[in-house]
Amino acid sequence: MGGRNPVTWLGTPSFPKAAHDALGDTQLRRNLRKATTTIRGKRASAVAELADWERLRAAGAAIKDDVLANLDTYLVRLEEAVTARGGVVHWARDAEEANRIVLDLVRAEGADEVVKVKSMATAEIGLNEALEAGGVRAVETDLAELIVQLGDDRPSHILVPAIHRNRAEIRDVFRRRMAEPPASDEPGDLAEAARRHLRRKFLATKVAISGANFAVADTGSVVVVESEGNGRMCLTLPETLITVMGLEKIVPSWPDLEVFLQLLPRSSTAERMNPYTSVWSGVTPGDGPRRFHLVLLDNGRTATLADRVGRQALRCIRCSACLNVCPVYERTGGQAYGSVYPGPIGAILAPQLVDDPHDEQAASLPYASSLCGACYEVCPVRINIPEVLTHLRGKVVEAKGKRTPEAVAMAAAAWMFADARRYEVAQKAGSLSRFLARDGRISHLPWPGSKWTSSRDVPAVPKESFRAWWRRNRG
Amino acid sequence: MDDARGEILARVRAALADRPAPAAVVRDYERSRSVPDPVGLLVERVADYKAIVHRVAEAEVPERIAERLAARGVTTMAVPADVPGPWRAPGVTWLPDEPPLALAELDGVGGVLTGCAAAIAETGTIVLDAGAAQGRRMLSLVPDYHLCVVRADQVAVSVPEALARLEPVRPLTFISGPSATSDIELDRVEGVHGPRTLEVLVSE
Amino acid sequence: MTGPRVALFATCITDTVYPETAKAVLRLLERLGCEVDFPLAQTCCGQMHFNTGYHDHARPLAQAYAEVFAGYDYVVAPSGSCAGMVREIHPGLAGTGPAVERTYELSEFLVDVLGVTDVGAYFPHRVTYHPTCHSLRMLGVGDRPLALLRAVRGLELVELPQAEQCCGFGGTFALKNAETSTAMLADKMRCVQDTGAQVLTAGDNSCLMHIGGGLSRLRTGVRTVHLAEVLASTEEEPWAAATR
Repeated sequence: MGGRNPVTWLGTPSFPKAAHDALGDTQLRRNLRKATTTIRGKRASAVAELADWERLRAAGAAIKDDVLANLDTYLVRLEEAVTARGGVVHWARDAEEANRIVLDLVRAEGADEVVKVKSMATAEIGLNEALEAGGVRAVETDLAELIVQLGDDRPSHILVPAIHRNRAEIRDVFRRRMAEPPASDEPGDLAEAARRHLRRKFLATKVAISGANFAVADTGSVVVVESEGNGRMCLTLPETLITVMGLEKIVPSWPDLEVFLQLLPRSSTAERMNPYTSVWSGVTPGDGPRRFHLVLLDNGRTATLADRVGRQALRCIRCSACLNVCPVYERTGGQAYGSVYPGPIGAILAPQLVDDPHDEQAASLPYASSLCGACYEVCPVRINIPEVLTHLRGKVVEAKGKRTPEAVAMAAAAWMFADARRYEVAQKAGSLSRFLARDGRISHLPWPGSKWTSSRDVPAVPKESFRAWWRRNRG
Repeated sequence: MDDARGEILARVRAALADRPAPAAVVRDYERSRSVPDPVGLLVERVADYKAIVHRVAEAEVPERIAERLAARGVTTMAVPADVPGPWRAPGVTWLPDEPPLALAELDGVGGVLTGCAAAIAETGTIVLDAGAAQGRRMLSLVPDYHLCVVRADQVAVSVPEALARLEPVRPLTFISGPSATSDIELDRVEGVHGPRTLEVLVSE
Repeated sequence: MTGPRVALFATCITDTVYPETAKAVLRLLERLGCEVDFPLAQTCCGQMHFNTGYHDHARPLAQAYAEVFAGYDYVVAPSGSCAGMVREIHPGLAGTGPAVERTYELSEFLVDVLGVTDVGAYFPHRVTYHPTCHSLRMLGVGDRPLALLRAVRGLELVELPQAEQCCGFGGTFALKNAETSTAMLADKMRCVQDTGAQVLTAGDNSCLMHIGGGLSRLRTGVRTVHLAEVLASTEEEPWAAATR
């Protein structure tokens, strides 16, 4: 037990450095701009169709807050309901424990290959790598996951992990790795190639692994929301189904889904409803898998729950709307965040799951935002992402101590602002900068000001501040 | 194995030591909505997602099934054993799922014919619950063509209205159009692993 | 009849770097009948400290704000960002009170409190407006600035494409993630230039300093002018381009 939480990728540099590489990739920038621009407009119209959208958002947030506030009760209730309907519930404190549980279950079935439905929880714990190490091949069946897997790539988006690839790049990956390559780079041909590539796997594989979008505590019903039908294939054809679920994915009762089945599709793919949603409760004789295992995953969630401000991140239903509207994400792409959870939600979720204030990379994530608030505006469960970002920045500052150059500068500024007379003296000193200026502007400053003047001029501070003018004229 | 369950529950209780008391859930959103023509809305919305949809008189259903299958040139159709007899149009080989069809057989048929448990007009969704005239889940999944008959009285306008009609402990499948993906450049294209053609007859 | 007693919260950046904006607010509010004071004990709302994670340094600044501005009918700030800091963040740092509750961003104050959209301004230039993020999303000022601009005589208002996208300033974000900030700025500048506007206006000097710094570096000739200066400009006392 213990060890490093694989939710962030070992060896990824801190955000500004990772962003540097991404920003230099013009193809990536074009791909992201195109995809995010498309989806933003569509989401806005899908949401505008529902006059009660804001009330749905409020209800979604309230239901999730109730779940979090009573999580112990709901977890036990879910366990009872799943067990009563023939499922087996497992509990995993961390990634390592969850991976071991799944590997043991797969081995018990005598399988050396499993099919997988796209799942953030299993990506978070590095399940595929753990299975591989244990001699089990995991075949991703979601189209975007397949593109990432066949391209030996990393995901860059929650909903569409291969969003950083355009159609031509996807065609090239498929040509390299498929027995029957796609006819062209038309999306229809690419989808057709994926269908042929996976068809036999679906029909022959005995064990499937999925995540869960929701689980209903009262009835033990588990819900998977998808588009392609690969989810349905995995959830109904194999003999054994193993579902790994973050323990916050619960909703109390069936009618609660009436809120989330409206919020999620319109926020994520901007559809009125996604093509397929599957709901199952334990095992149904004669219909679907004969064995069902549900693995409830902690892996940093209870630590997140303990933070009064940060816990709202656990409301997240993984829709990706915040990524799609984020101006930072649009420029850097998802891989710069160094985690399976990129974008604004990743910037608040990954550091909390890592739960190590001294992890440099994780500590850089809450700063990967201009605090513009576009994420909060679209979040279907009203996670106040800017609030959590500034809260987590506070924790980072606390962990770094008072001796960093930044902390010293901030303390000096605070001391100066604490007294209007000191402030006025500083203003006068600052106005000397006008002697550095040409035509009222300064184009070169020493570090750290050079981080500004690398791309922008600074106005010269005028000779007379407003307060000095006021004192002279009105005082 | 040491007690992961006990430890996680203890962690949860410790994390909630501040005893958060969130505001009550207010359900002031619209649970039902009335529209002048729910069937018309369903037809419009199902078509929006590139499914083929027809509005037909109830008495004409068998005739229209035959017509659609002939138009498509389908010769073998899988079918739940309990679909109404008249739905099995002549000129087609019907393979009832009793005893259960082997997966390979199902993969080889020209299509599948089912009824449904409910439909949601606003979202263009049909819901199957493995009940009457629907069969097990894989039946409507493996064949490449799914012909589905929806009765007007099964049509709910909104998502909440539809969920209220459904039994969550039955295996449920919500279907909105044919299989599709948004995974390439976040733009939707139809036709991946599920049936690539969905045809719906709404009878009234 | 005497008008409301209004305290001008200039904000540290405007007080120090853009005094003309504060003078413009003063002129404008006095023209509209307000009695304006500038309490000299004011300094900074603490936003830079708070947003960078130095919450303990922001707290005393929030407390000082509450004391300095307690005795006025209204507090008006020419900044959506600083007004947003006061209204949304100060309560969590130092509790709420009259100063917090009576703080308004300039366009809110004009439209909601004074009930005017035509402030008698004259500004004969082609202008585009950037809705700064905190005005837009934290305060929800909505169309108020546009309504004010539309009523300005001589002003040709042109729509800014992708107006609601952040310019990339974000306080210390512009330094900590300078390259990402610059990439956002580049897109914003392209949109500004596409409008053919001579002047870019906004309700926040911080964002204008960022966009203006980029436009100046590229020698585009587009001027950045705070909304207050546009609205203060009249035929008798027109805006003077030399101030920025």
